[in-house]
Amino acid sequence: MALQDYVTTGNKDTRSGFGAGILELGKTNPNVVALCADLAGSLKLDDFIKAFPERYVQVGIAEANMIGIAAGLTIGGKIPFATTFANFATGRVYDQIRQSVAYSKKNVKIAASHAGLTLGEDGATHQILEDIGLMQMLPGMVVINPCDYNQTKAATIAVAEYVGPVYLRFGRPVWPIFMPDEKFVIGKAIVMNEGKDVTIFATGHLVWKSLEAARQLEAEGLSVELINIHTIKPLDEEAILRSVAKTKCAVVAEEHNRIGGLGSSIASLLAHNTPAPLEYVAVNDHFGESATPAQLMTKYGLDTVNVVEAVKKVMGRKG
Amino acid sequence: MASVEELKNIASQVRRDIVRMVNAVNSGHPGGSLGCTDFMVALYFNQMNHNKNFTMDGLGEDLFFLSNGHICPVWYSVLAHAGYFEPSELATFRKLNSRVQGHPATAEHLPGIRSAAGSLGQGLSVAIGAALAKKLNKEDKSIVYTLHGDGEFQEGQIWEALMFAPHHKVDNLIATIDYNNKQIDGDVDQVLSHRDLKAKLHEFGWDVIEVLDGNNMEAITAALADAKSRTGKGVPVFIMMHTVMGKGVDFMENEHKWHGTAPNAEQTAAALAQLPETLGDYKAG
Repeated sequence: MALQDYVTTGNKDTRSGFGAGILELGKTNPNVVALCADLAGSLKLDDFIKAFPERYVQVGIAEANMIGIAAGLTIGGKIPFATTFANFATGRVYDQIRQSVAYSKKNVKIAASHAGLTLGEDGATHQILEDIGLMQMLPGMVVINPCDYNQTKAATIAVAEYVGPVYLRFGRPVWPIFMPDEKFVIGKAIVMNEGKDVTIFATGHLVWKSLEAARQLEAEGLSVELINIHTIKPLDEEAILRSVAKTKCAVVAEEHNRIGGLGSSIASLLAHNTPAPLEYVAVNDHFGESATPAQLMTKYGLDTVNVVEAVKKVMGRKG
Repeated sequence: MASVEELKNIASQVRRDIVRMVNAVNSGHPGGSLGCTDFMVALYFNQMNHNKNFTMDGLGEDLFFLSNGHICPVWYSVLAHAGYFEPSELATFRKLNSRVQGHPATAEHLPGIRSAAGSLGQGLSVAIGAALAKKLNKEDKSIVYTLHGDGEFQEGQIWEALMFAPHHKVDNLIATIDYNNKQIDGDVDQVLSHRDLKAKLHEFGWDVIEVLDGNNMEAITAALADAKSRTGKGVPVFIMMHTVMGKGVDFMENEHKWHGTAPNAEQTAAALAQLPETLGDYKAG
């Protein structure tokens, strides 16, 4: 596929993709159980709860207990999805995830909504920008950050088939739907456009911004390779190295702190293999604040224009 | 089902194992291990319907979760004598490349362990999850047991779980607290008091049994049987078990310094002289 093949078919929040995915899982997999810490509506669990009330656990505002219960449910063959906002699903319960889930190798799916700045007006207390880093540091943890409704729905279904702990990160805002409705393959990057001048590696909401940027840059005559890195761990190292071997420079775009996220992982990978100029489109080690998602994307440098600028800058650094 | 005399014999050997394991690596937690020996022996040799041919899911059998993971020496010894693995493996406790880790772990696949524990306060939540899984697997009527330290009840997650279990009618769950009033820095009452724990548990909605002498095998077996008879009635069951830290070794009894201190060679000899070798000592590594 190429840039022109990604047609916007509508607008929906990625969390609704999760809601649709877990509803489908409810119908197809009797072992799937959903847990939530008093945010069932925000996590779009209403349809699942209505259809499968016996497989829903309302834990109240007690996230540590939720993670432990999820770990216990796996003993006996259940596939629990522990759900809440990304901040409360990671930072608040890091030790519970570390000991009861990751170290204990439990088949828990942590499904986290409202990640990143695009949570909007609630402000920095809720806008976690460190969750990818926290989760990918845990041995054995799979970290997935899908980019639109379709990919989030497909990822939700895919993680239930995978045996092992998973962190699935998605968001609140209504966002363009542009990915095809296709099976999600954990750990396999998607080359959305082939190019030879520069590679843009993007994850989550920034895939859309990068798609817009790539279209703009191609119109200006550049040849842009755009790769959708929906799985941050395990990283598709082969796809990344193959692309950079061709383009000799790259931009990484993510709605996360520049420390600890996809950018850090790709920088490390390149440094260990084929060093190449790299630029980040990410939050520069900062907390967010209250505003609309669009205003925040602009202020913190996560917009289409920032991807375009980063591409031009990194190409200028090529030898 | 073992007789009380048989249980006491096993307990003596388990206490010997605990002292020897901790002495051998000059680290570990003998105090709570000795204090909970009678409970653990009664649980595994008299109370639980469990299978030494270990499966992680434990379908159709009673499950046990140790939440205060540091007292794992007693659990390891009990599991070994119950047939989960050879007692000789106790000699690898806390050593490199061992399945017998310093705190319980699943990563090395030691039979009998279903969740890591060490960072306190997490075991009750995990046990609730396992109990809910049994309820979802409708044919599984077995029981989930936990053991906690009293210091551990200062952790907030414990109170989240204490609130959850009665609210959700998790009545296939028996939680026990080792109520010895000792933690690392001193008496629990002085470090951070629970005040009236029994009243709190009642108020949270638990069915509470109090055992005044948790080191009396007759009292423990009776309390466990009583607790089991109270399951399946819509409320979770709680055993407040008063014990003596360091029980069985006179100079360790009621001394909180033995929470996490290993006896030296001389102290070990003095301790073992008080504990008859009933089942044979495991071979030292």
